[in-house]
Amino acid sequence: MAFNIYDLTSFTRSIDQALYDWLPPVWALIVEMTIIGLTFLLFYALVGLILVYAERKVCAFMQNRVGPNRVGPYGIFQTIADFVKLLMKELVYIRNSDKLLFNIAPFIVIIASFMAIAAIPFAKGLHAIDFDIGILYVIAVSSLGVVGVLLAGWSSNNKYSLIGAMRSGAQIVSYELSVGLSLLTVIVLAGTMQFSQIVEAQSGGWFIFKGHIPAFIAFVIFLIASTAETNRGPFDLAEAESELTAGFHTEYSGIKFAFFFLAEYMNMFIVASIGATVFLGGWMPFHVPGWEGFNHVMDFIPPLLWYGAKTVFVIFLMMWFKWTFPRLRIDQLLTLEWKYLLPINLVNILIMSFIVLMGWHF
Amino acid sequence: MKEVINLPVHSIEEEEYHINMGPQHPSTHGVLRLVVTLQGEIVKKLKPHCGYIHRGIEKMCEKDTYPQIIHLTDRMDYLSAHINNHGVCLLVENALQIEVPERVKYIRTIIDELTRIQSHQLWWASFGMDLGGLTCFFYGLRDREKILDIWEESFGSRLLHSYYTPGGLMQDIHPDFQKKVREFLKYFRKKIRDFDRILTGNVIFRERTCGIGYMSRETAINYGITGPSGRGSGWSCDVRKHHPYALYDKVEFREVLRDEGDTYGRYMVRMEEMRESMHIIEQLIDNIPAGDCSAKMKAVLRLPAGEYFQRVETARGELGIYCISDGNKTPLRMKFRTPSFINLGVLDHISREMKIADLVAIGGSLDLVIPDIDR
Repeated sequence: MAFNIYDLTSFTRSIDQALYDWLPPVWALIVEMTIIGLTFLLFYALVGLILVYAERKVCAFMQNRVGPNRVGPYGIFQTIADFVKLLMKELVYIRNSDKLLFNIAPFIVIIASFMAIAAIPFAKGLHAIDFDIGILYVIAVSSLGVVGVLLAGWSSNNKYSLIGAMRSGAQIVSYELSVGLSLLTVIVLAGTMQFSQIVEAQSGGWFIFKGHIPAFIAFVIFLIASTAETNRGPFDLAEAESELTAGFHTEYSGIKFAFFFLAEYMNMFIVASIGATVFLGGWMPFHVPGWEGFNHVMDFIPPLLWYGAKTVFVIFLMMWFKWTFPRLRIDQLLTLEWKYLLPINLVNILIMSFIVLMGWHF
Repeated sequence: MKEVINLPVHSIEEEEYHINMGPQHPSTHGVLRLVVTLQGEIVKKLKPHCGYIHRGIEKMCEKDTYPQIIHLTDRMDYLSAHINNHGVCLLVENALQIEVPERVKYIRTIIDELTRIQSHQLWWASFGMDLGGLTCFFYGLRDREKILDIWEESFGSRLLHSYYTPGGLMQDIHPDFQKKVREFLKYFRKKIRDFDRILTGNVIFRERTCGIGYMSRETAINYGITGPSGRGSGWSCDVRKHHPYALYDKVEFREVLRDEGDTYGRYMVRMEEMRESMHIIEQLIDNIPAGDCSAKMKAVLRLPAGEYFQRVETARGELGIYCISDGNKTPLRMKFRTPSFINLGVLDHISREMKIADLVAIGGSLDLVIPDIDR
């Protein structure tokens, strides 16, 4: 079993091979699925906890505060303590709520984000499934989350929740378009929808540099639209603390609330990963064509680190403007999408197609 | 056999529903309850219900002596505590025709203006939070802390001071007071630019405030809206200019007026007022005259029988204090015309046909303090 930090393909292949040699094919498949499922479950919880901690620290630094610093060194166990607290809290059931929908709503939200992780390439040869329509799959799966949000708002039998859910329905459905179209701009440039090939195509330079201005515009639009899609500030109208108390999850308590909370952070992680993969080259190191020595040095940094650094960068960007901007109003939010982002996006795709057609990209 | 009930059929757009904003709601800043009639997200009607924190301050005044009444006025508009105290002090002093020492006038004016600054700082902080910019809250409180520290040093309390007494002050200011205030002015002149950078210039903020909750000058006069909320509609209603008390006729300052009449206008008035207040303090802080910190007063104050009225400009508008005395040591009747209560009246008028999110912004721009509404 050859373990090479720079290329994990042979590592994952050898595990796969060993399993198939050892077990009948059906069992091998089941064991593989179990391993991947458990790994993701662990990964999910870990990333969620780290992100919650990171956000609390980042916002604390922006707000002249220290942030969590009591539980463990630099407060790193704070989120774990919070999680344990949420686990032990009583689940409050409200009368006159639709029990079934009320109970399954958090699961729908969390499953939608869980499914999207499967397609993300973490490093060379390290992804669960490498679909040939990877981007389409991610867009399709991530839009399932809105069903959970709508159900949560509807079944809570609370007017604030309903307003929040309706807002978020309108918001996510609209911004889904912009996310899709901005990714389409890159697909035009890459000529493929498969994540591994998109990353491979960026070995000569990341798409944000390769694609001239249209790629940069697409990246900005993707950042705005994906922030809106994950219901984060300044687009957190579905929760809108000062208007709707807590929006669609007002009536949820304990671990069910934690599910919504965790899903929000995981969605942020997923969109940041996709942004990093599609625009910033994923695990591909930073290369400048012609500078052999420089490229060589860059290749020494493991792909997993490149991927992590880029994702963290995008996540930081999203946190940055969450803690700086005031919230938009619902009609302004929809105006921004339908009157500005969508037309700009369509023109952008046209320009990109033209550039690709004429071969003007780097 | 089941009876068939014919329910009236409404289309979904026509149906109105009510939500209760408050008494526990993040954006009412206290126990105010607004029953809002909504159609979708649009506010059709709004009915404020107050009285959740009613303490009967006016009735309590009837059995208290005048120096005791001062402690009750702190609890009305706790963000303008000093200015409320000032009103009662002026009422008693004018009724007894006592001339307070020059030093007292200087200190009172400076502290009144510091009160205005810290009140507007907290308003800015919570207004930013209402609009969803949580960082503003911490910036505002950080700078307000500086003023509270100065106060704590001089009077030993941070929120409810009761520092003024009829005839003067409780005790003299701390020796470091002038130095600290000068330092604060230097500090805050720099930091107020941060305020502008994080909110005033922001595109989203402009979108959320410009043209929202328009109140014409006529409306402001008809509803008796005073303070920054009224001046945001271009109504010159500053008591400091029109009925000067303390040193306001001696210092040079500008009454901030804006013609927009919307949330943005009211916002800008308060931002400008903070600068004007700093300008007033700068004129006074260097030449506080030496002298007593209180005039000679009798042990028991008895106001001559009659009716008295005194008005002062708090951070929220005009506070009117009406007092009937029958010559006893306690008043026969005390009535406070508190600015927040009057300003709340216009909320229904200016927030109709707006969205819920706008209602929060408008409520924030009126700067309501709930104990001031209920007394």
